[in-house]
Parts: sequence; C-alpha cells; structure tokens
Amino acid sequence: MVEPLLDARDLVKRYGGVEALRGASFTAHAGEVVSLIGDNGAGKSTLVKCLSGAEQPDGGTIVFDGRPVALPGPAAARELGIETVYQDLAVAPDLDPAANLFLGRELLKPGLLGRLGVLDKKEMRRRATGSFEELGVSLQDVDVPIGALSGGQRQSVAVARSVVWAGRLVFMDEPTAALGVVQRQRVLDVVKRVRDRGLAVVLISHNMPEVLAVSDRVEVLRLGRRVARFTAADTTVEELVGAMTGALSQEDA
Amino acid sequence: MSGRTLRQRLLGANTLWIALVLLVLIAVFGAIRPDAVLTTFTLQTTLVETSVLLVLSVGMTFVIITSGIDLSVGSVLVFSGVTSAMTMNALNGGNATAAGWGTVLVGLVTALVSGAAWGLLNGLLVARTGIPPLIVTLGSFGAALGAGQLLSNGSNVSGVPDVLGNGLGTGTWFGVPNLVLLAAVVTAIGALVLSTTRFGRHTYAIGSNEEAARRVGIGVRRHLVAVYLLAGALAGLAGFMALAYFRVASVTGHDTDNLNAIAGVVLGGTSLFGGAGSVVGTVLGVFIPAVLRKGFVIVGVNVYWQPIAVAVVLVAAVWFDQSRRRARNQR
Repeated sequence: MVEPLLDARDLVKRYGGVEALRGASFTAHAGEVVSLIGDNGAGKSTLVKCLSGAEQPDGGTIVFDGRPVALPGPAAARELGIETVYQDLAVAPDLDPAANLFLGRELLKPGLLGRLGVLDKKEMRRRATGSFEELGVSLQDVDVPIGALSGGQRQSVAVARSVVWAGRLVFMDEPTAALGVVQRQRVLDVVKRVRDRGLAVVLISHNMPEVLAVSDRVEVLRLGRRVARFTAADTTVEELVGAMTGALSQEDA
Repeated sequence: MSGRTLRQRLLGANTLWIALVLLVLIAVFGAIRPDAVLTTFTLQTTLVETSVLLVLSVGMTFVIITSGIDLSVGSVLVFSGVTSAMTMNALNGGNATAAGWGTVLVGLVTALVSGAAWGLLNGLLVARTGIPPLIVTLGSFGAALGAGQLLSNGSNVSGVPDVLGNGLGTGTWFGVPNLVLLAAVVTAIGALVLSTTRFGRHTYAIGSNEEAARRVGIGVRRHLVAVYLLAGALAGLAGFMALAYFRVASVTGHDTDNLNAIAGVVLGGTSLFGGAGSVVGTVLGVFIPAVLRKGFVIVGVNVYWQPIAVAVVLVAAVWFDQSRRRARNQR
C-alpha cells in the first residue's frame, strides 16, 4: 500500500483527570476523502486539534510525509500545508470574498507602496476569482460583504480559503452542519474537487449518508480510540453506527 | 461573477446617503439665508471649529471599526494640551509667549507622546485583560482629566508661544486656515491607511470577526494596541491644535468631545458593531452637527434645537444600520 500522508499513532491527550484520547490512531492518504466519525465525546475534535497544532498530545507519534513531526502550534501545521475549516464559519462577514480568501496573507503592491503596507486589491481579486472558479464556487458578486451571501456560499468561501492555502491536507470540522440541502451539496462538491486536486481531506461529520456519499474511507473513534476502518463503498450506515456505539469492532483497527 | 454596476454600488453605500443629508442641510439653510450661509467667512469658521473634532474622530473611526469605543479622547486632549503648554513654559522660564519654533516642536512632541501614552494604556488593557473597551476608556476618561487638572492645579495653562498661535492657530495658507489644512492632511492619511493598507484591512477583520482574524494568524492583540495608540496620539495632536487655536490649554469644555466624536463617526455610517465604516463617512458625519449648529444660529432657530436634531439623526442612523444587518444575517 502507498505510504500514508498523515499517520498518527497511539495519541494520548488528558484534560486534568479525563482522558480524551487513549491511544488514538489515524491515517490519511493524499487524494482521498477520509471521514472521521464517532459519537459525541469520542475524541474527534481533540484528535483534530492535536493534528492541526491547536493542542499538544501527551503521548504518541505523528508522522507526516514519512517523517515524524511535532506541531507546537497552528503555524507549524500551516507550514506543512495543513489547514483547518471550522464548523462555525470562521470568516469576516463584513469583508468581501477575495478579502476573506487572503485574510492574514494579504498581497501587497510591489515597490515603495507595498513597503508602506498598501494592498494589491486587484491582484487579490483576480487570483480569488480564479480560485473560486477552479473550485466551482459560484458567486454572483465578488465585491459584496460575505455576510450578504447565502450560508452555503459563505461556507464554500471558508472551505476555498483553507484549500487554496493547504498544500497537502485539509481538516473540515462539520463543514455542512449549519447548511440546507442545496447548500450542503455545493460544499460537498467542493470537497470532492479538492480531493481530485490530490489533497487529503479529513471530514468530520455526524451525517452518515453524507459521510458515505463523499468519502473514500471512514475511520471510527470510540472512547478516545480508533475502533474500526471502512472503505466507504463496501459499508453501510448500520455498520458505521454499530462501530460508533460499540456493537461492532475490528481487531486490527 | 459579474461586478455590480456603479449605480448599484453607490446606492448601496451609506456614504452617499449621508452626503445627501449634508447637502440637503446646506441647501435648506442656504435657501433661507443665502446672504449669510454661503460665504467664505461662514465656511472658514465652520471648518476651523470642526477641525479639532475631526482629528479626534479619525482615530475614533479606527477604534469603532474594531468594535471598540474610546471615551477618553476628550480628556486625553486636555491632558496633552496641559503637558504640552507646561513643557513649553518650563523651557522658557515659565512663560513661552515669546518662544521660537524649537519650543513649539518640543510642545508638539510632548502632546503626541502624552496622547500616545494614554492610548497605549487603553490598548494594553483592552487587548490583554479582556475588560470591555467601554469600561477601560471610561476609566481613562476620568483619570486623564484628573491627571491634567492635577498638573495644572485645576486652572487653564496660558503662555502659549505667539508663533504657534499666529502660525497654526489663526494663520492661513492661500485663504485656507492652517488648522483646517492640518486636519485635512490627517484625515486624508487616515482614510488612505484604512482603505488601502494591510493595517486597515486587519482593522476591519478584527471588528468583523475577532476569532476569525486570530485563526488566520493576525496578531489581534498587537493590532488593538496599535489602534488605541493611534487614537490616543491623534487626541494628543488635537490637544495641540486646540492649544494653538485658543492660545490656552483649557481644562474645561471638553467633557463631551468623546460623545461628539462618536456621534460623528456613527452618523458617518461606521457601525458600532464593528467591521464596517470609513473615514470619508466620518468627515460627513462630523459636519452634520456642525452645519446644523451653524445653520440654526444663522437662521435664528433657538440653538438648543441642535442637539435634539442631532440625536434624531443619530438614532435613525443606528436604527438603519441595525435593520440592514439583521436583514443580511437572516440569509
């Protein structure tokens, strides 16, 4: 089998006396959508925080691209090409889509003006338009505040922002949780396009049909440990729920 | 992905509506008393009387766009005026009236540093302690005024250099008062920084969604400190301008400068909820109360109507902003 892009082994994370992760493992390959599922409190969010640098695990190893890595902060993860999309729409609603795409990574004009901190808005808008087209994010207006867009479009911009900057891997924590049916489909289409560009996409979701529709593989967490791994095409919602609740478990997970 | 037409963009912009309100006001007063309203003298005095407030309001615009507030600007203005005047006097044996430009320069730096120091204190407290800006700056509103009065023993400080009073205070350049020129330059720089630079972009981002700004790696705390520092330094400059104009560092009469600046900024379409606004709007917003006051005096309406008229426009402006946001967020 191909070497995984991200291979986390036996991660342990304690919050005071509570063990959120008890030797959790997780694997993601380039060019696949892998869903991370589990009941509330199974440790999904903690695992993602550890893998995106937001939290430090107390034990275990993280191997990225064949090399053991430490992620002391989100910046370190970002440098490796790892980005995270948060479920609560981490965009600035008063700024336009291009400004949001380049938030914190603004392009400056060349020469003296750039040294004075003057933005190259034209270039940012041009590149943003290109990126949105490439990802199939359709916006009627590129120059309205993002708050005036629909929820699906807003989330698509949030996804696009992470994807544009992620060279290798994107974590998406319930990217469709707040969306309607049509909007949800639009975001999932973007997810597939991202995968087709060769990135690894890690999707966290509570929606089992959605997980099966969009994923290549599914990994199941239960009580802070990986309990099962499935190929999405060969499994059913019943099997996934069984693994989440403990009714079903795999020896070699 | 088509851009909107210029017409749509203009109609959607708050600034246009505010500009219209201002033009209508001027037109109405002008129609009633064309002989008195549309004169160079009226224009000059209105501009001069507004330029100190305008400088305060430019700083306030940045603060309010971060979804903060700065109640301390009027007191910082007083404090900076007092320290500046006292420093200039001390350099000249107690009375700087006959002093030269060297003394004036020291006075300017003193005013700027005094203002910046209060701004820094405000910024550090807001950014690091999590105390709401309203409370932090309510504290420095009292403290800066108290400190200024302690230094001056509660009385005005006179002895302002004549060169400063004649130059910056009442001097003109091709018919334009120097005070107005200085305010215009400060305003233009503020407008450019806010609308074209990364600093401005981050100011909007923090006010729009502080958590999002933090997550993309913007140094939110550092930026907030810088914004309050800017507002403080501009209040210091405003103190120096008032000093030049009135030729005395007054410790009274600035109790409501903060509220006037906030009213101007909000009238100008800057949202108290942060994330939206412009310096151009602030210029228009600052002039609406000024034109009302001047107009009422000229037309002969009892001038006590002015605050009532401003209040009505102000509440309407915020109501408009709020319903616009509610409509948007329901999508």
